[in-house]
Amino acid sequence: MKFIPILILLTLICSSVVWAGDEPPTPISNKEAIELVQTHANYMWTLVAAALVFFMQAGFALVEAGFTRAKNAVNIMMKNLMDFSIGSIGFWAIGFGLMFGATKTGWFGTTGFFLSDFQVPDGDPWVLAFWMFQVVFCATAATIVSGAMAERTKFSGYLIYSIFISVLVYPVFGSWAWGSLFNGSGWLEGLGFIDFAGSTVVHSVGGWAALAGAIVLGPRIGKYMPDGKIKPILGHNIPLAALGVFILWLGWFGFNPGSTTTADKSIAMIFVNTNLAAAAGAVLAMFVSWMKFGKPEASMSLNGALAGLVAITAGCANVSPASSIIIGAIAGILVVFSVLFFDKIKVDDPVGAISVHGVNGAWGTLAAGIFNIGGTTGKIIGVQLIGIGACFVWTFVVAFIIFKVVDKTIGLRVSPEEELEGLDSTEHGGNAYPDFAVSTYAQK
Amino acid sequence: MKKIEAVIKPFKLDEVKDALNNIGVTGMTVTEVKGFGRQKGHKEIYRGAEYQVDFIPKIKMDIVVKASMVDKIVATITEKANTGKIGDGKIFVMPVEEAIRIRTGESGPEAV
Repeated sequence: MKFIPILILLTLICSSVVWAGDEPPTPISNKEAIELVQTHANYMWTLVAAALVFFMQAGFALVEAGFTRAKNAVNIMMKNLMDFSIGSIGFWAIGFGLMFGATKTGWFGTTGFFLSDFQVPDGDPWVLAFWMFQVVFCATAATIVSGAMAERTKFSGYLIYSIFISVLVYPVFGSWAWGSLFNGSGWLEGLGFIDFAGSTVVHSVGGWAALAGAIVLGPRIGKYMPDGKIKPILGHNIPLAALGVFILWLGWFGFNPGSTTTADKSIAMIFVNTNLAAAAGAVLAMFVSWMKFGKPEASMSLNGALAGLVAITAGCANVSPASSIIIGAIAGILVVFSVLFFDKIKVDDPVGAISVHGVNGAWGTLAAGIFNIGGTTGKIIGVQLIGIGACFVWTFVVAFIIFKVVDKTIGLRVSPEEELEGLDSTEHGGNAYPDFAVSTYAQK
Repeated sequence: MKKIEAVIKPFKLDEVKDALNNIGVTGMTVTEVKGFGRQKGHKEIYRGAEYQVDFIPKIKMDIVVKASMVDKIVATITEKANTGKIGDGKIFVMPVEEAIRIRTGESGPEAV
């Protein structure tokens, strides 16, 4: 009985020695431990969001395949696979350094190529998490273009362009707007440009490059008749396209809230804004198509959801949920009229990429200024317009030059015979649906 | 032997097939086709562009039988495939020169 107090005392002494590696907890070590938990949460959230944004590649692939003909479905898959794969390596080698490297000019970065910021094996891995999040954004911009150029682009020509958007077009503009998120610093963000998750940085870059590509390529055979009539070329699988839109919507829940790269309460409003804008876009696009064409049209409604998502991307962190509905609604209306407009001026865009991403990327960027929670001013709007304009000039001009050079050298467009037979067999020696006899709907 | 070619509305297939089975028709070949007669097509719209759909999906049935069965079959198809609305289809009857059963090599009326 006398031994029990001594036993208890000994046990307490031993356990306090074993606890926390020899030292008892102090307020300072507690603070560090808590901060470490937050750091770990930041890593978790950023990388989970990166995985969601990666899955948007599947969304884009399905939307593009669904809205184009079956004879080109393999080609669509290959372009989307390569956009991401080539983009990943290009962004690792060059793009990330240009976009986020230290800069003397504020126009492009000059450090961090080949992920040199990470000292293998035990450097601070935050650069890896950040790179992972940024590479899936770069890949999003790159893959937007493949939709507008579908069904008539030479695969080899497309691969060349794909390299350049990941190592040059996207990262340089990105450095202007987002460089300071890491080691860099951009002239545009220095003006106060608001583009939280990339309505302009990602979607307008993709959209205006898509415009350049579609113009250089020319329309698909049989799309525009000599008498001016527009002939529809039906997508071969609307359910696939719809599934793609749902996947994109899901991925956007990583795209927008993930851009905090921080696990905190602000992501809640970003989630809500994202969802409401998409919903409003889908509903309004449906109504506009209903009124204009007599029936609620699926492909336009799907484009409307995407337009809403693109439009909210810039302001998702600085506008209210109610404003998000307005922003998405206007996007849904805009996208329908934009699709009709580009057909009218004979720019053939099989999936509406230019209208969804280019036009609504610009609208979303402007909206982020107009609906800013802290109130708007002429200066805020002016800076947004500068960013929208700078993106258009940089992206469209450079992409146009790249496409023209490719066209003059290895060729950008397939021959008419190849286009009519279908790119699956002519470019890839393949057939997306060998068990089914595939017939083309459109008359030449 | 005669061949009966019937172009009918797709949703009538099961009804016609069951009725033909009941009168002793033991085989047929069916294909999915599209066509038009005096039934005009209709306009549809895709992403704001109008297009004309002239060809309507139909089912074509090919039945080769002894000549004595033809009238009964034509009457059955006419009755069962009829909706009274435009686009019900047509039946054609033509002579068959020869018929061979692949498995056994039989030929002539015994092979149908």
